[in-house]
Amino acid sequence: MASLNVRAALLSVSFLILALGLWEMATQPPEAQTGMTEYEMLMGGADQESRVPPPSAVIKLAWAELSNPFYDAGANDKGIGIQLAYSVYRVLTGYLAAMAIALPVGFLIGMSPLMYKALNPYIQVLRPISPLAWMPLALFIIQDSDASAIFVIFICSIWPMLLNTAFGVANVREDWVNVARTHELSPIKTALTVILPAAAPTILTGMRISIGIAWLVIVAAEMLVGGTGIGYYVWNEWNNLDLASVIFSILMIGVVGMLLDLALGKAQKLVEYKE
Amino acid sequence: MTTKSLGNPFDGDQSLIHAKTCGCPECKPGQEAPSVSLNLQQSPGQDAAVSESAMDSEAMMDRAIESAVVRSVFGHNDHSRRSFMKMMGAGTAAALLGSVFPMEKAKAAVKESLGKLEKTKLNVGFVPITCATPIIMAHPMGFYERYGLDVTVTKTAGWAVARDKSLAGEYDASHMLTPMPLAMTMGAGSTPEPFIMPAVENINGQAIVLHVDHKDKRDPKQWKGFKFGVPFEYSMHNFLLRYYLAENGIDPDKDVQIRVVPPPEMVANLRAGNLDGYLSPDPFNQRAVWEKVGFIHMLTKDIWEGHPCCAFACSQQFATQNPNTYGALLRAIIDATQYSNNPDNRKEISEAIAPKNYLNQPVPVIQQVLTGYYADGLGEVKNVPDRIDFDPFPWHSMGVWILTQMKRWGYIEGDVDYKAIAEQVYLAGETGKLMEEMGYTAPDKTYKTHTIMGKTFDPESPEEYARSFAIGRV
Repeated sequence: MASLNVRAALLSVSFLILALGLWEMATQPPEAQTGMTEYEMLMGGADQESRVPPPSAVIKLAWAELSNPFYDAGANDKGIGIQLAYSVYRVLTGYLAAMAIALPVGFLIGMSPLMYKALNPYIQVLRPISPLAWMPLALFIIQDSDASAIFVIFICSIWPMLLNTAFGVANVREDWVNVARTHELSPIKTALTVILPAAAPTILTGMRISIGIAWLVIVAAEMLVGGTGIGYYVWNEWNNLDLASVIFSILMIGVVGMLLDLALGKAQKLVEYKE
Repeated sequence: MTTKSLGNPFDGDQSLIHAKTCGCPECKPGQEAPSVSLNLQQSPGQDAAVSESAMDSEAMMDRAIESAVVRSVFGHNDHSRRSFMKMMGAGTAAALLGSVFPMEKAKAAVKESLGKLEKTKLNVGFVPITCATPIIMAHPMGFYERYGLDVTVTKTAGWAVARDKSLAGEYDASHMLTPMPLAMTMGAGSTPEPFIMPAVENINGQAIVLHVDHKDKRDPKQWKGFKFGVPFEYSMHNFLLRYYLAENGIDPDKDVQIRVVPPPEMVANLRAGNLDGYLSPDPFNQRAVWEKVGFIHMLTKDIWEGHPCCAFACSQQFATQNPNTYGALLRAIIDATQYSNNPDNRKEISEAIAPKNYLNQPVPVIQQVLTGYYADGLGEVKNVPDRIDFDPFPWHSMGVWILTQMKRWGYIEGDVDYKAIAEQVYLAGETGKLMEEMGYTAPDKTYKTHTIMGKTFDPESPEEYARSFAIGRV
């Protein structure tokens, strides 16, 4: 078993080296010219149009950025660590707000078929709306770009949590509820001691989907409103058509997204049970 | 600024007139002025010992008032003042004068009328293009601080966001396009909210860029079916591109496609072949050349020499609620614009605004834009010093022209009171007065005729002008 892991790891690493090697070879910058004319200097000196940067350039940049992640050089230039912190803060704020609403409402409509039928049409209409479509409206009503970004996270993370909670609660085995009834447990006690633990894995699945979507959306939202955050960072580097920085920030977005997902994956493990 | 005329009025050795034969220490060539602080220590009118060079504006104000009072006492006869002061001694004279004239109160009153800043921490938005140069460079080069303001300049992702953040009050003032405050005031493309534009940022400074594949299509008549990018609907870019196309017989609504594309995306779209060309703000014209994907077909200054481009604008509410702050901010902007106007400062400015915090662009690109010494992408080095220029005066006639084009292309309908709207939004009169006050020259009128591609625009008959074009929507 251990040998399989080792072999897989070796294979992973060699894939990486192969891919980086090919990438590096395909993107060698043109030779720097000597004795350029003035026109060539003004054109930037290279003889071909600019290209995708080689991985060595990205790694060099990543090293520079990561060795000083929390510098703060004014309103529009902050380190990658600060930018990520802003994004994570916005995601968590919107996400927690969504949780505070989605879980109780989900519980309610899961336990009451009547409420489920009554609210379902609204949910079905609101759910497929792209979160960013809310942005202009949010900016207009809330009148604050930071709060608008948080609102967009809220609105996109609410639906998976709501629906999964409702589904999990509605599908708790009938027998278990009946047992609770024979023990003459109050409805609240039934909800907390029987239904909640039984539905928890489904609820956590919804929460995990939500955080994934929220992290996807925050980058786009921050590109739109600017200011701070990893989305702003990408936009700012795009402004400069600096692909090395863009590639680096894509990697960072991936890493943070993975960490968020891992955290909820661990939480999911905690509430799992075997029947 | 010279402060020579603000000599200590209680000092008998100092002349307040500084005539040719003046023998006061300051006027003697090659001699350092003695520190005036020695005399001032006993003088009740002064609470701080200030040397001439380090005099801050507050102290200068105090001194100016003291001088005025003393001069009025002596009927502008400096000779008798000096002999009186020598006889009495500065401290005694000041105390004596203070006993009959409420000096401190006078000082406080004058400062009051100049006004305390209602607000010193301000948010000013900018879109990262070279048109914003005065707004941006005022920050690293200390023009805001000079007027006691602590300004945060915030980079904004696009014009729509700049508009929304201004409407929401998140920005106290913002970099905008010259047509935007007009459109916002009229509620075209947004909720109507009175905005004012006390200063133009730059004139000229845009260009038509085409993809390198179109090097042989320099005649606009060959452009049918092209896809063009402009940064915003309510922009000079849009109106100038439409004007240029229509003058060449191309209907901008039927023969070509004009899309709204944020400036940074323009180069990427041009490279991908998604756009055939664009009329955009710099540095993205020069950047396309630098990236070897486009060439500069023409500068917009060749369509209209001295056309307005970007603006400095804020809501009317901000200006009326914070008149002193607004005045200080406007002074800083006028100063910065005048400073940017000087070609000698352009290199230094390029380096100040290129870093990540501001434009985030390679310095050589910014420098080519600001100095007008640039490669055009067609193999030539051009030297056009006024490729971009800076002039804060917001001509009312420019506002009227913009309105005629909004009418021409159907952005506004019905009867338009061109002059009334232009005068409400473009504060040419006030700005002119302020410029004069600050020692700059301002035009003595606010309307003039403009020549655009050889055709004269007379602001006195805007409606006829809007209807005078072969291609248009009126």
